[in-house]
Amino acid sequence: MRHILSILVENEAGALSRVAGLFSARGYNIESLTVAPTEDATLSRMTIVTTGSDEVIEQITKQVNKLVDVVKIVDLNEGKHVERELMLVKTRAVGKDRDELKRTADIFRARVIDLTEKTYVIELTGTGDKLDAFLESIDRSLILETVRTGACGLGRGEWIVKA
Amino acid sequence: MKLSDAPHSPSTAFATEILSGAEILCRALEAEGVEYVFGYPGGAVLVIYDEIYKQKSFSHILVRHEQAAVHAADAYSRSTGKPGVALVTSGPGVTNAVTGIATAYMDSIPMVIITGQVPTHAIGQDAFQECDTVGITRPCVKHNFLVRDVADLAETLKKAFYIAMTGRPGPVVVDIPKDVSMAKTPFVYPQTVEMRSYRPVNKGHTGQIKKAMQMLLDARQPMIYVGGGAILGDASAQVTELVRLLGFPCTNTLMGLGAFPASDRQFVGMLGMHGTVEANMAMQNSDVLIAVGARFDDRVIGNPTHFAAGNPTRKIIHIDIDPSSISKRVKVDVPIVGNIKDVLVDLIALLKAAEQKPDPAAIGEWWKQIEAWRAKDCLKYKMGGDIIKPQYVVQKLWEVTKGDAFVTSDVGQHQMWAAQYYRFDKPRRWINSGGLGTMGVGLPYAMGVKFAHPDADVACITGEGSIQMCIQELSTCKQYHLPVKVILLNNRYLGMVRQWQDFFHGNRHAESYMDALPDFVKLAEAYGHVGMKIEKPGDVEGALKDAFAMKDRLVFMDFITDQKENVFPMVPGGKGISEMILAEDL
Repeated sequence: MRHILSILVENEAGALSRVAGLFSARGYNIESLTVAPTEDATLSRMTIVTTGSDEVIEQITKQVNKLVDVVKIVDLNEGKHVERELMLVKTRAVGKDRDELKRTADIFRARVIDLTEKTYVIELTGTGDKLDAFLESIDRSLILETVRTGACGLGRGEWIVKA
Repeated sequence: MKLSDAPHSPSTAFATEILSGAEILCRALEAEGVEYVFGYPGGAVLVIYDEIYKQKSFSHILVRHEQAAVHAADAYSRSTGKPGVALVTSGPGVTNAVTGIATAYMDSIPMVIITGQVPTHAIGQDAFQECDTVGITRPCVKHNFLVRDVADLAETLKKAFYIAMTGRPGPVVVDIPKDVSMAKTPFVYPQTVEMRSYRPVNKGHTGQIKKAMQMLLDARQPMIYVGGGAILGDASAQVTELVRLLGFPCTNTLMGLGAFPASDRQFVGMLGMHGTVEANMAMQNSDVLIAVGARFDDRVIGNPTHFAAGNPTRKIIHIDIDPSSISKRVKVDVPIVGNIKDVLVDLIALLKAAEQKPDPAAIGEWWKQIEAWRAKDCLKYKMGGDIIKPQYVVQKLWEVTKGDAFVTSDVGQHQMWAAQYYRFDKPRRWINSGGLGTMGVGLPYAMGVKFAHPDADVACITGEGSIQMCIQELSTCKQYHLPVKVILLNNRYLGMVRQWQDFFHGNRHAESYMDALPDFVKLAEAYGHVGMKIEKPGDVEGALKDAFAMKDRLVFMDFITDQKENVFPMVPGGKGISEMILAEDL
C-alpha cells in the first residue's frame, strides 16, 4: 500500500543522504522524496512516498526514527490528510494546439507561466492522480519535457506535526 | 551513562583557555576518562599526534594496521563496557578502519573513532589522502560528524561519546580536518548534552511488563532466550536472577554467551545454526518465549516461517532497547522497549510480588522433555587416535584456565568450537565478531582485552586462515609486552568453507585449502615471541600448562588438528532450527 511519510530532520549537511541511504541499504522503495527547510530554519521537512506492507512500513518508520538526525516521523496515512504535488510541463504550442492546450489547462486549473512562439510551460498543482490525468488529456506528442516535485502533505485540522 | 555521572570535566578550571583543536581533542578524551587510544599516525593527524606526545592522561597504542586499531579498541570496550577509542589518518587510514567500524556496528559496540581529514579548503578537491569519510562510514556507524569549525569540536566530541554509549550502543566517527585541529578557540567541555532528535528510552512500559509477567506465569513450555543486549546492558545479574526465580530453561546466543552461567543446570547451551539439540528443540517447541536483548537473526532461528510453525500458538515477549529490533523477523506479542537491566528489575519485582507461581507439574514435564533432548549429548565427539581433535584443545584450554580466561576468537569452525566447548560463566569474557563475522579480529581483540585486563589470562582461539589476516599485530604485542596466548587450531583448510563445500557443493574444495603455510613457530620467534608446535593429543594439556605458566611471554601455539572435523550440530542455511544435522547422523 502507498504511504506518505512526513519526516522532520535537523537541517544539517548530510541529513538527506542518511535518510536516502537508509532506504537503499535496506531495500525500501522510494516513489518520491521532497525536502526543504521549514519555518524553523533549524529543521527540514521531508516527505517520502513509499509502498509496502504494514510490516515493512512499521520497519521503515522505526529505522528512520533511529537516525540520530531525525526529530520526528509521521505516517500521514494514519489519519486524514491533504497532499499536493507540483508539475511543470513544457509543450510544443503552435497552430490549433495552442488554443486546445490552453482550454485543457483551464479545465485543470493549470496556468501557463512561460510562453514563446512555439512553446508553453504549464504549471499544475494537485494530487498525483490529477497530474497524471492532465498528461493523459493532452496530445502526448506535444509534450517536450515534464518535471514533478513529488508529493508533500499535511494532516488535516488540528493534527500538527511539530518537533 | 547518565551525563551527570560523567567523569570530571576540567571545563571550569580551564574555561578561559584558548586551545587548538588538537589540544581540545586531548582534553575531551581526558574528560571522558579514556585510558587508551589505539591508532596509527599520518599527515592529517600529525597535529593531533604532536599533542598526544605532550599529554599524559591517556596512552596511545601504535598498531601495525588501522583495522587492528579499531578491533583492539572494540575489544577494550567489549571486555570493560567502556567506550573504545581509535584514531586514524585520512584516506587510506579511514578505509582500512572501515572493517573494524562495521564489525563494531553489527555487534552494537560503543566506540568513538577519530579520523583525520584534509583541510576544509581542500575537501572535495581530490586532495592527497582525501576520502569522503562521512559518506563511506555512514552505513556502518550509529552516527558520524564532520567538524568544520573548531568552535563546534568540544560539543561534537561530547555528543559522540553520549551517542556511542546510550540507547543501543554503537560506533561514532568524528572526522576532523587538519586546519580544524590547528585552529584555536576558547575551550569549554560541556557537562551535558541535550538533543531533541535523540532521546533513548530506558524505562520499560509498566503495562507491558505486567502482561509479560502473566504470560510467564501461565507458561507450560517456557524458554528464556538471551542475546548480546544483556551483556551490553550489564544485565547478566538480572538475567541470572530471573532464570533462577522462574526455574525455566535458558539459552544464550553466540553474542550472549556468559550472560547466564554455562555451568548452571538451567543452561541448555547456545542455540542457532551450531546450537545444541536441547536449546534448538526447546526454542522450536516453546509455548512462551522471552527474548532478552536478542534479535531473532538468521543464524539464530533459521527460517522464520519454519520457526513460527514450530508452535503456532507460541507467545513471544521481546525486551530490547531498540524498537526496530522488535517484530523485524518474527512477530512479537508483547514488545517491551527499554534498557534490559531496568526492565528486568521491574519484571523480577512483579514476579516476586505475584501470588501465582509457575505450574510446577507443567514445568517439570517440560524439563523431562528437555533432559531427553540433552541426553542425546550432541556435542560429543570421538577422539582421533593420533590426531588432535580441535574440540579437545578447547576443552583442555577451559580446564587449564579454570574456565576463567578471556577468550577471543576469529571467524570460522574454531569460533564455533570455542563457543560450544569453552563454557563461559561470566559476561564480557567471550569476545568475537558475531554479526559481521570478520576474520582477523582475534589477535587485535586479544590485544585490546589484555590492555584492559593486564593480569587476566587472555587466549585467542584462531585458525590458520584468520590469523594471517592480522598477523602483523604480533609486532604490536612485542612492543607493548602483551603476553596473550594464541591457540591456533591448524587444519590446513578454511574449515567452515570446506565444511559447506562438503555439504552443499559436492565436496568440491574450491580455494579452501591453505597451501604454503608459514612455519608458525619460526614466525612467532621472528617477532620475538615463543612458538610451539603440538601434533599429538597427549601433548595438548602439557603444552597449554607450559604456555600459561609463561606469564610474561606471548606464546603462539600451533595445534595441528584433524583436517576432516566438522562443526555439529549444524542447521543448513534456510532450514528450521529443529532440522539439525548431528555428527551421529553421518
